[in-house]
Amino acid sequence: MHGQCGLFFRTYAGEAQLFPGRFLKISMLLFFAALCLAPWAMNKYLVSILCLINISVIGAVSLNLLTGSCGQISLGHGAFFGVGAYSAAYLANLGLPFLLVLPGAGAITALTGMVFGLPSLRLKGIYLAIATLAAQLILEYVFLHWDAVTGGSGGMALDPPSIFGFAFDSDLKMFYLTLAVAALCVLCVRNVMRTCLGRAFVAIRDYHLSAEIVGVDLFAYKLRAFGLSSFLAGVGGALWGSYTMYITPEQFGIGLSVSYLAMIIIGGLGSVIGGVFGAVFITILPELLNFIAQHAGAAFTDLSGALLAMKEGVFGLVLVLFLIFEPEGLANRWRLVKSYWKLYPFAH
Amino acid sequence: MDYYLQLLVSGLVIGSIYSLVALGFVIIYKATKVVNFAQGELVMVGAYICFSLTVQAKLPFLAAFFLTLAFSFILGIAIERLILRPMIGEPIISVVMVTIGLSSVLKSLVQLFWGTQIQVFPPVLPQEPVMIAGLPVAPVYLAAFALSIILFLIFSAFFKYSRLGIAMRATAFDQQAAASMGIGIKNIFALSWCIAAMVSSIGGIILGNINGINAQLGHLGLKVFPAVILGGLDSLLGAALGGLIIGVLENVCDGAAKEFLGLGGFKDVAAFLFLVVILMIKPYGLFGAREIERV
Repeated sequence: MHGQCGLFFRTYAGEAQLFPGRFLKISMLLFFAALCLAPWAMNKYLVSILCLINISVIGAVSLNLLTGSCGQISLGHGAFFGVGAYSAAYLANLGLPFLLVLPGAGAITALTGMVFGLPSLRLKGIYLAIATLAAQLILEYVFLHWDAVTGGSGGMALDPPSIFGFAFDSDLKMFYLTLAVAALCVLCVRNVMRTCLGRAFVAIRDYHLSAEIVGVDLFAYKLRAFGLSSFLAGVGGALWGSYTMYITPEQFGIGLSVSYLAMIIIGGLGSVIGGVFGAVFITILPELLNFIAQHAGAAFTDLSGALLAMKEGVFGLVLVLFLIFEPEGLANRWRLVKSYWKLYPFAH
Repeated sequence: MDYYLQLLVSGLVIGSIYSLVALGFVIIYKATKVVNFAQGELVMVGAYICFSLTVQAKLPFLAAFFLTLAFSFILGIAIERLILRPMIGEPIISVVMVTIGLSSVLKSLVQLFWGTQIQVFPPVLPQEPVMIAGLPVAPVYLAAFALSIILFLIFSAFFKYSRLGIAMRATAFDQQAAASMGIGIKNIFALSWCIAAMVSSIGGIILGNINGINAQLGHLGLKVFPAVILGGLDSLLGAALGGLIIGVLENVCDGAAKEFLGLGGFKDVAAFLFLVVILMIKPYGLFGAREIERV
């Protein structure tokens, strides 16, 4: 195993590498290969969880770009996700091919996100959070009442996506599609963070006045952050709609926004890998509770019902405990574990 | 015209409950600069405790009322001590999320103990409507309105004249200066959560007497945001007026949308559309301190 301890970059290109070091490249490749092979060793239920994780990764990474990296708190991400799902459904029902539907849904969501990002011109911090909360509730109302486009409370049905006649009509096929899109999104965000765009985002998050002084056009970059983040959210929403094949307004309520925020907080604000960790954690948590409830239910029938009722409470409790005891998130824990092995047997 | 007058009256009643909840919100924000997303859940918990004490433990209403206040007081201390105190100095988003997490916990505890069905309070006040200016108004509406005005006056006097209230204002104004003058900041923080929990539970009890209670009561907390933003996040008078204005506004808009546009359920969104407009024009609200950093 070969890993560098400290910074040894001699060129700018070397510093800006996506995967510095051969060890990281090989391990990422092996990890990706294992991920591709994993579904063959799993049953249908586990594969469906993997699909959900892939979709959540897109949402979490996109929200982390906006909130974690650019510092613009958004309580409306769930609704943006919904805009993506509804526009995908609408475009697909118009007869567009899936390869156009996916970016189309992203583009429509990006526009919506930028409109609701406009208040960021004047607001920051808690005021922006409340403005995006308003966006969430207004969009939810639109989903429910714009019958002609969204089907109202009845919802909308979608066909499984197909690319050049190849239909992704099983969990296994959807897994590869969502994995491919999620990997693309993660790479895209990771790359954005290496460019001047990403650096401008971080500058705005750290201190808006300094950012403005070094020449960052605050409004333009904030709008870009909203646009890019909602584009990815729209793509995630489109995949979610195609995967569940039926969308209703309740799916995109404030609960979804909160769980995406929970993902990036538990994973680690402002880090791409943190978004991935958080998405995995929050998606698996309810399934884990189900599992425990089922197995505990065999022994104590009362307990399983109580556990199911407590699902939301456990989610809240996990969130609170993470914020109190691990405010830097899982990404920081991962970094500590890595540096422990790198420095072993020395403590520093 | 009668239709709109009726809407106005019921808007004022709902608005006075918003005012109470907003009062709790503002008290927390004023003293600790924490925006509490669990305000609606505090309302719900208060309502359910009072319901339990009156219906299940068969206590007289007044005894139940004061026991609920005592419970809320302890709940406030517990929340501040266990959850909010470790968050001092953390970024805004963490503090917001911790209160959101708290709201999930409270909501699911209520569902665990009381289920999700609507529960109805036994009538405390007489049912026959009183005629005011030719309009029939239920006594419970009048009581709600009167109670929220009384509470507002009590709190205004408390902040203006009592030592504790002045200490709370001093803490809000400058924590370091207050601490160096010998004010126990931690106690002030805990006290503000206690007061907020108590005021919210009063709101919950009133609401329970009007509509009955169910697990959706927590949504009321969301309605507080337009009210306090309109009034200004740190102004008591703003909270009181903002609540009334939002209550009337959403009721009248809802009625108008139903009559002219045929839109249902506009009530839920009218206040938030208005909120976006306020935020764009006057982010510090009607009476809020204008210390917002412009971006």
